[in-house]
Amino acid sequence: MATQVLMPALSPTMEEGTLAKWLVKEGDTVKSGQILAEIETDKATMEFEAVDEGTVGKILVAEGTAGVKVNTPIAVLVEDGESVSDAPAPAAAAPVAAAPVAAESRGEPRPTAVAAPAPAPAPAAAQGWPHSDLPEGPTKTMTVREALREAMAEEMRADPTVFLMGEEVGEYQGAYKISQGLLDEFGAKRVVDTPITEMGFAGIATGASWGGLKPIVEFMTFNFAMQAIDHIINSAAKTLYMSGGQMGSPMVFRGPNGAAARVGAQHSQDYAAWYAAIPGLRVCMPYSAADAKGLLKSAIRDPNPVIFLENEILYGRSFEVPTDPEFAVPFGKASIMRAGSDVTIVSFGIGVGHALAAAETLAGEGISAEVINLRTLRPIDYDTVLASVMKTNRCVTVEEGFPVGSIGDHLASTIMQRAFDYLDAPVITCTGKDVPMPYAANLEKFALITPAEVVTAVKSVCYR
Amino acid sequence: MAKKPDARSNVSKEELLKYYREMLLIRRFEEKAGQLYGMGLIGGFCHLYIGQEAVVVGLEAASKDGDKRITSYRDHGHMLACGMDAKGVMAELTGRIGGYSKGKGGSMHMFSKEKHFYGGHGIVGAQVPLGAGLAFADKYLGNDNVTFTYFGDGAANQGQVYETYNMAELWELPVIFVIENNQYAMGTSMKRATKSETLFGRGVAYGIPGEQVDGMDVLAVKAAGEKAVAHCRAGKGPYILEMMTYRYRGHSMSDPAKYRTREEVEKIKTEKDCIEHVRDLLTQGGLASDEELKAIDKEIKAIVNDAAEFAKESPEPPNAELWTDIYA
Repeated sequence: MATQVLMPALSPTMEEGTLAKWLVKEGDTVKSGQILAEIETDKATMEFEAVDEGTVGKILVAEGTAGVKVNTPIAVLVEDGESVSDAPAPAAAAPVAAAPVAAESRGEPRPTAVAAPAPAPAPAAAQGWPHSDLPEGPTKTMTVREALREAMAEEMRADPTVFLMGEEVGEYQGAYKISQGLLDEFGAKRVVDTPITEMGFAGIATGASWGGLKPIVEFMTFNFAMQAIDHIINSAAKTLYMSGGQMGSPMVFRGPNGAAARVGAQHSQDYAAWYAAIPGLRVCMPYSAADAKGLLKSAIRDPNPVIFLENEILYGRSFEVPTDPEFAVPFGKASIMRAGSDVTIVSFGIGVGHALAAAETLAGEGISAEVINLRTLRPIDYDTVLASVMKTNRCVTVEEGFPVGSIGDHLASTIMQRAFDYLDAPVITCTGKDVPMPYAANLEKFALITPAEVVTAVKSVCYR
Repeated sequence: MAKKPDARSNVSKEELLKYYREMLLIRRFEEKAGQLYGMGLIGGFCHLYIGQEAVVVGLEAASKDGDKRITSYRDHGHMLACGMDAKGVMAELTGRIGGYSKGKGGSMHMFSKEKHFYGGHGIVGAQVPLGAGLAFADKYLGNDNVTFTYFGDGAANQGQVYETYNMAELWELPVIFVIENNQYAMGTSMKRATKSETLFGRGVAYGIPGEQVDGMDVLAVKAAGEKAVAHCRAGKGPYILEMMTYRYRGHSMSDPAKYRTREEVEKIKTEKDCIEHVRDLLTQGGLASDEELKAIDKEIKAIVNDAAEFAKESPEPPNAELWTDIYA
């Protein structure tokens, strides 16, 4: 029977890719293990091998095609005497149908992916942007990944003491391709590949910050930063205070934080609330590409140690970003992503996407939700949150982290202490579940916060 | 412990008097700190350096302006040796505004950017990558400074020390790892903590040269320091000095030191004391009279008494200081 060759998923979070090059043509016989094609993900170009033997009966997706969804049939292999028409038909006809399934498995709202029949180059670009806080002036569409890279490159050009250090940041071009091209531009002195030794290089970077440099430390994930947390907190965050103001640690610790997709308990933790608890640290958690670029530029320029919590799932999302090279997002300034009058939804990082999706659903049911993107968790923009809650009289917080000692807990307590008389309902904190992250797709989905849960929480505080 | 070397004839009187003065200052300062602790004027943890003075004094003699130093919580001696003011150090111990950290750091957390002293670190072993980071910055900036990174035989068993060795040699950082092997990691003797015969020898695994040095002999320390400094300044990467030394007092003020015999301590004090050694070189060589040395003793005593007085008189930090220096 003829076999379909499907577009492979080549990373935990890959949803689509570019079929860069076919290495076989119709009529060729292929062996198991033979390289069929080169596929470009947003991180890398990978070779794709045949699993089955047979003859290439038909190539369904031409080379050079971008935006090919995972699981889309890209070719048909036939056995001797078979024809292409022997291949099972239904799947071949539904290349787009695979996308919503993949997105849904992570509990991620992807309304545009469902609505657009053709591969959309920037599916999330419309989400929440432009909004009131995006400054006047021209913008360009870019991914969060590109925004982070551009922020680092611009700051490295402007200040020779800024350098990047971490695992695979140089020759490998970044485990998540954030640092792609930086080694070529800045050289190995300023784009420093380290051995796998988080505690060691976090300590070395902190010492370098005392010695007159401005290190950017990339952790392959913040889960690995647990090996280095003593230096982040005891060495970097506390030294300015312990030295009576003589010496601080002007540096950035950045990398992906929180759940990616199906990577299990040790690679999925959201550390926002942990770091936000520490005086001496600044903590940023961007949602959009504009947040990412503007906050990272502020972080690199800041004379304090900054924890910069990125999200692997957001890396490939596109947003509008101001082209002004001086664009930067100040710390402690939340962004109102969507104005509303019935309830305030406060979130940060990937949770903002959930909040916006929930707000859209709620609008259809006659509930007007105001969505606040905190952008920085230390400092927190209490004024914007309180002003909104005093207007809407209801609040729901949304985050991916664990429920105990969450950012939501802290906000609920602050609102209770400073705006108690304005509240018409208790604040509900939507968080990840109080469990280590499971691997099974269904359980992972269950463990993560979803827009549906936010909708339920909002209805509850609205007594609907 | 290595044997006490013979007197060296090629050392000038001035040089020996300098070491004598500097080591004596540390000892008298520490004795005074112990006294103030007993009076309740110094709180928390207080780790005295008595017995180990030759290590910092000898290495400072091998350094030049611009070189950096960083150490653990047993740090008073390092600060005095690099020229920090005894008053500011003592006032930090008493938690007063006149202290180097305005009273907010304490015995274990003191810094002087001016003197290139980068702490004073309370987490055992943490100063090792931090010191390599200072050296990383100097190499990046293209100067020829070196960083003296001090740690004890206890810290030598921390994993981050070896993470640092690996990168320091890989990147040829100008850092001198100074292991102050005082034989006891708090109450655990080296024999009970490792089967390694030496600590400097662990550098071999990373390609870092090193040697064991009689840390009770300031001249031997200085000579070894000069060799290490030359290696680093020539761009050859890190060097390890394992200083065989001994602390006379307990790990901290609250340590009764039951893990070793009184005889063991007395034997070292009698046979190996670093200050007595230099005193002997000065007097037996006819370089200095008892009167000259007594005058120095008196001078040191006055400095320490002034420091103690200052540390008592300096006011506590105002409440507003609670909220400063958290962010730059």
